[in-house]
Amino acid sequence: MRVSTGYGPRPAGGGFETFSWYFFRISGIGLIFLAIIHLILNHVTTDVACTSYQLISIRYENPFWRLYDWLLLTLALLHGMNGLRVVIDDYVRTRGWRLALQSTVGLLTLAFFLLGTITLIIFHGANVGPHCILNH
Amino acid sequence: MYKGQSGMWSWLLHRVSGLGILLFLLVHIVDISLLNFGPNVYNEGIALFGTVIVRIVSLGLIAGVLYHAFNGVRIMLIDFWPKGARYQRSMFAIVMIVTILCFLPMAYYVIGPIFGLPTGNTASGM
Repeated sequence: MRVSTGYGPRPAGGGFETFSWYFFRISGIGLIFLAIIHLILNHVTTDVACTSYQLISIRYENPFWRLYDWLLLTLALLHGMNGLRVVIDDYVRTRGWRLALQSTVGLLTLAFFLLGTITLIIFHGANVGPHCILNH
Repeated sequence: MYKGQSGMWSWLLHRVSGLGILLFLLVHIVDISLLNFGPNVYNEGIALFGTVIVRIVSLGLIAGVLYHAFNGVRIMLIDFWPKGARYQRSMFAIVMIVTILCFLPMAYYVIGPIFGLPTGNTASGM
């Protein structure tokens, strides 16, 4: 691993690991804003018990929120699964397990991405149901 | 990888918080997909999120996200700012302080409704 001049060490080969290194940092910047604002909107400005079907239906009438959530979904999923790939890479050394676990990571990434994307595209809500869900 | 004291813990916490957030994310994608099954099914899931235990667990999530985000900024400063590595330890202290400062008000809003504390965002209008 060559050290770049003046900065911290980074994988400089130009392959997938270099891309992954930059992807963590660039997606991370976006996620800081997307995720923290998401937390504030769903836990602070509105109590979590009030993030009901009715509220989401109204919010998702505006396509901006669908796009926002899809961006959050995609970046967080890729950022997180890439992290999981690195962790597995660090601790799992036998070839059989590496193949099994890393391909599982890939499949899970695809599956959850499709599930989230499809929901964000097809969901058509209705202004029905309680505004806040009280506990049983 | 960082060797040594606070550098190693900051790396470890970054990893642990990242994995925790990822695990939550997978569950979260599933519970949001319940929207497709109509208001009754989806709202049942939301009722779960309002319970005391889940509220407390979500404090862990919030703390994890905040720490992971702020430490991520620290990592980028170490990577891209020539003086970054020199200040890594004091930056870690700043990360911990800012994490706690941002966490406390958010925790109030999450736990407050359990005790009827005024949050201005609940059904009863409190």
